[in-house]
Amino acid sequence: MNTRKLKNYVLAGLGAMCFAGTQSALAAGSINALVWCDHTDPEFIRPFEEANDVKVNLKEFEGTGAALSILEQSQPGDWDVLIIDGVDVPKLAKDGLLASHPEEALPIADIWPEVLLEENHKIDGKWYGMTELFGYNTIAYNKDKVDPADMLDMTTLWGDKYKGRIAVYDWHTPMIGLVAMGLGKKTAELSESDLPEIKDTLFKLKENASQFTDVVSSQTALATGEVDILFGGGEWLTGVLSQEMPNLDWVLPEQGGLMWSQSVTTLADAKNPEMALKFMQYILSPEGQAKLATSSCYWAMPANMKTGPMLNDQQKAALRWDQQAGYLANSQLYPVVSAELDEKMEDLWTEMLQR
Amino acid sequence: MRQSANPESLVVTITRQGSGFKRWRLVLPALLWTVAFFVIPFLFMAVMSLWHRIGGEIVATWNLDNYVEFLTKPHLVKSLLNSIEISFCVTVISIVLAYPLAWIIAERVPARWQRTALILAILPFWTSYVVRSYAWLLVLSKQGIVNTFLLDVGIIAEPLAIASTRYATIIGFVHFFVMLLTLTIYANLKQLSPNYARAATDLGAGPLRTFWHVILPLTLPGIMVGAFLTFVLCIGDYITPKILGGSNELVLPQVIMLQIGRRADFPNAAAMSIILMAVVIIAYLLCARWLKMERT
Repeated sequence: MNTRKLKNYVLAGLGAMCFAGTQSALAAGSINALVWCDHTDPEFIRPFEEANDVKVNLKEFEGTGAALSILEQSQPGDWDVLIIDGVDVPKLAKDGLLASHPEEALPIADIWPEVLLEENHKIDGKWYGMTELFGYNTIAYNKDKVDPADMLDMTTLWGDKYKGRIAVYDWHTPMIGLVAMGLGKKTAELSESDLPEIKDTLFKLKENASQFTDVVSSQTALATGEVDILFGGGEWLTGVLSQEMPNLDWVLPEQGGLMWSQSVTTLADAKNPEMALKFMQYILSPEGQAKLATSSCYWAMPANMKTGPMLNDQQKAALRWDQQAGYLANSQLYPVVSAELDEKMEDLWTEMLQR
Repeated sequence: MRQSANPESLVVTITRQGSGFKRWRLVLPALLWTVAFFVIPFLFMAVMSLWHRIGGEIVATWNLDNYVEFLTKPHLVKSLLNSIEISFCVTVISIVLAYPLAWIIAERVPARWQRTALILAILPFWTSYVVRSYAWLLVLSKQGIVNTFLLDVGIIAEPLAIASTRYATIIGFVHFFVMLLTLTIYANLKQLSPNYARAATDLGAGPLRTFWHVILPLTLPGIMVGAFLTFVLCIGDYITPKILGGSNELVLPQVIMLQIGRRADFPNAAAMSIILMAVVIIAYLLCARWLKMERT
């Protein structure tokens, strides 16, 4: 094949791709969604797109701060759907950024009561968001390498037994909350006076930890045997690996675990509000929940209690479907603190990392 | 005045002025580009660094608190020192490894194979930077190739903790920047006339003396350009330290990302970025003599 022919083929290919892209964008419409990575799984998105002849444009973010920054820098109408931590919903709703929805549009009765978080989602009698997934920051481990009984006591992690074999999830808010729980504190009552004790414990943890990792690095570290324990891990970490690596497990210790949740909301200035609501309803439906809960990025517990029949036994076991009542009772929510205390917590975390 | 009274001089002056204007016209697009995408964003960042995030809102406070805060917190200053130390180590190691490689390609590889050799040298550039970092993580992990080999041949009894350390970060960086330095040094070596070495030999200098007193000084611009680029790219990177260093110690770009990603604290991040830029400017001033790319 000569160079000219090759060039023609390449140009033709590019042209075809552009044309195909245009056709896709010109489908019945599109919505723009700002999401965590789990929503980008084609297995989850495709059924909705096909059923509604719509293109869902997804923008993935890596942290709540990043999501809020993107939102601040966007023009009204840029986004239709936003996935955000439940605790951030009230502020966004009060700022007029979120759309409210009638009660009958959402499957409120089907959501686990413990994760409905009405105080976050229902403001002045209107629903501005709904919990879609939840899970735990707790202890994930390789049960072939550590004694599962040891994992039932969180304080083991700042003892000497597993020194150098621990990775710690690198996020100050949940991890300081989790350490506080290990010290017998309530995350809802955290104050500046608790920080010195938490600091001492974090410093002990730092001596025992071999690394501080994000989601992907956490999975890699546990899967490759680089570490045997991930403090802060849970079903979100081991679930996606559960079929190939059944030796990876997770547990809520006696001190409990930190429950995280993410909520689906639609934007007040959405260009396609009807489709945005449809997408929200798809996410909260048992079908959407099952696909989202077992996405290729990370797994999590579906908030809709009716999702059970859509999950197989292996998926249920990995998510601890049958133990949720006890787990929910022994968990606390992420610390919700003032911006000043959050800054101090983040500063403390950075200081610990630099030791 | 006497010159301008001279008609010939006047013509020369007008011509020069005309060519000067033409030159400005030619550089105008580049100038506009720099103003739009560097000067203005930089000014925004400089202004932002004087503001403050209070209670979740950015407030125009117009003071140096963010800088003072940075300089008075030892763990934040340490992140800057970590960045400088790692970047310096990477630059030095990369030069030591890249120079012989560039010299071999330029002087020992037959001319018709030199292009192939260069392509092979830059081949790793073709893969994603993030993928390369994760690949190194697997190579350096406890069950990676390095530890497996050392254990199999009986050199070590327990796997070495290389991954998630500063050493891993340096290895990852060096792998990347040796290629870059090889290119800049190779380009410099190829520009060098062989007559310099011949003249030195004629004057009785041995190979080592010729290299030390003739070749090395003449290739310093290539080394310094590569070294400066290596230092700048290295000190501004947070992906490799995050993936390979395991966040066991933070470099300044990681701390900047923490400010943005977790608290949307743009003023603090801007102040830290300005400090990082100051370090880069100092590095530039130290290398400026050689960055002109002219042999003096």
